[in-house]
Amino acid sequence: MSARENIGAALGDPKLQLAIYSATARLGDARKQSVAEGALPDYQELRQYAHEIKKHTLDHLDFYLEQLERNVLSRGGQVIWANDAREACEFVTTLARERGAKLVVKSKSMTSEEIHLNDRLEAERIEAVETDLGEYIIQLAHQKPYHIIAPALHKTREQVAEVLNAPADSTPEELTKKARAALREKFLAAGIGITGANFLIADSGAIVLVENEGNARLSSSAPGIHIAIAGIEKIIPRAQDLAVFLKLLARSATGQALSVYTSFLAGPRREAEPDGPEEFYLVLLDNGRTRVLADREKRQSLYCIRCGACLNACPVYRKIGGYSYPWVYSGPIGKILTPQFLGIEHDPWLPFASSLCGACGEVCPVKIELPKILLELRSEIVRKHKEPGERRAWRIFSWVMRRPKTFARLGKMGRFAARKMPGVTKTVGPMKAWLSQRDLPPMPEKSFRELWKERK
Amino acid sequence: MGMAMAEVLERAGCEVEFREAQTCCGQPAFNSGYRQEAREVARHFLNVFEGAEYIVVPSGSCASMIAHHYGELMADHRETRVWEFSQFLTDVLRVEDAGARLDATVTYHDSCHALREMKIKSGPRRLLEKVRGLKLVEMDAAEECCGFGGTFSIKFPDVSGAIARTKIESIVRTGAEAVVSIDSSCLMQIGGALARAGSKIRAMHLAEVLASR
Repeated sequence: MSARENIGAALGDPKLQLAIYSATARLGDARKQSVAEGALPDYQELRQYAHEIKKHTLDHLDFYLEQLERNVLSRGGQVIWANDAREACEFVTTLARERGAKLVVKSKSMTSEEIHLNDRLEAERIEAVETDLGEYIIQLAHQKPYHIIAPALHKTREQVAEVLNAPADSTPEELTKKARAALREKFLAAGIGITGANFLIADSGAIVLVENEGNARLSSSAPGIHIAIAGIEKIIPRAQDLAVFLKLLARSATGQALSVYTSFLAGPRREAEPDGPEEFYLVLLDNGRTRVLADREKRQSLYCIRCGACLNACPVYRKIGGYSYPWVYSGPIGKILTPQFLGIEHDPWLPFASSLCGACGEVCPVKIELPKILLELRSEIVRKHKEPGERRAWRIFSWVMRRPKTFARLGKMGRFAARKMPGVTKTVGPMKAWLSQRDLPPMPEKSFRELWKERK
Repeated sequence: MGMAMAEVLERAGCEVEFREAQTCCGQPAFNSGYRQEAREVARHFLNVFEGAEYIVVPSGSCASMIAHHYGELMADHRETRVWEFSQFLTDVLRVEDAGARLDATVTYHDSCHALREMKIKSGPRRLLEKVRGLKLVEMDAAEECCGFGGTFSIKFPDVSGAIARTKIESIVRTGAEAVVSIDSSCLMQIGGALARAGSKIRAMHLAEVLASR
């Protein structure tokens, strides 16, 4: 089923509707409380600051990437530049083959979802185990993440029990325990741990992982090899800039002041250190990012820190859910990233599936102007992806709107038709679409124009 | 609604002029990606309203298009004469009591563009609270979109309709007899969904409330 066809399936499933609506409401309300005036008085200033830091960094990305590379190397790590998904996956599978690793543990990473790493590992007969609970559940269910930060948001407790082979009446605690026991074994046996990175710090060569379950910390420290895969836009100049982003990230995502675990990892284990991996690799992924960077207007799409707040705020996501979007990134951010990464011809309907309510832009912690970018994309799409019928309709619109007399006459005809021939108007395309969901207001006999004249 | 707005403005001491040649601000074309067509209509709008002191618009969405997006269509254009109706009352005329009377319990819907682009939140509520006999009750989802979204409502009717139904559930929970907004398009969507659901709740423009006596 295509993403667009999934819309109908989601709308027609009352259980799913309730699950999406209540989960996003919970996350959204928690966010709202955590950034309220009393809880975080300088929230708006922080957003602006975060926006400026991202802007500065991406405007000088070449400089910061090279600085990052030097610092990762000086700490004994390796940097791999991957132009696309294939190169990134190939590095991982080759290294696994060379080191004889048959088992890989992974912590939740949208970037690894983006490059479909699990499929590639499976094809190479390397077992990859997701260790974030939500991600583990959807991996067992052979699905993709439903939500950027809550991958199994759409699953009920009963469904999770089924996936985990647990009794249907298991409590969330029992389910977690069962998953935890299975995962513990994997952590200890894995040859390679793969994580993403929430931030890459240029001036120290460290990566930062933000999580709640401790699985990312284990994935990055228990196996002998740690591979972090991150998009090149994850970079920030200095560790002190984290003071801004860490205040915003967990609050925007879940309403927490700070996530349970925040790990700073710089290179492999050094001599005096009791634990940590022997080898550390940082895979820096382009996969379309430099193309987005080239567009000055829409470059800000890369400021995203993957908090998921825009999904929770979006009236459309809250109805159609995560599987109605054609790519791994769903919600408003997916709506602007997908056409820019995959090309606007990929799913030209996507930027139009928005009421332009602006709730996404309002909650974005780094102030990405999502509605503005949606409008830009729409304009690009109609220029490059011409639909003759629609274009003609808008030419006529413009023609009529510049001819007040015609406009008034057409209005009169429309009102007359709607009152006297409701059966006929119902068959007109847009009217049919409108009436499929709601009624039309009763049409007045006279227009404002006519009433105004009479009054004078 | 237009007549009601004129009446309220005149009562507040304004001289209201209606320029016959006016049509549309061009937003439908702009939001659909047809910028050239939108620009043509916008130029017509500016020609029609040349020399006007204040342009008062009974729609937060149209007002925002003119105030904020005309600059994107015409690089050197900066529009400062445009006011959304409630904003004109509270911020320009400094009127909060429009002298109206309506015996009803109402709830107010925050239209998205009015709220997020024009930053209109408390003004319409203050105006409503001063209406004699009127009781204002807040709905839990006041700031949630009604799902209209212009052509979105006919390009994705099922999604738009589903959003509207969630919205009206919130309205119904308040027990209000009418839902008030400052955007006719939201009112068409909300009113249409209420009617389809067989509800007796009326969808009213703020101007209609303020013109009641």
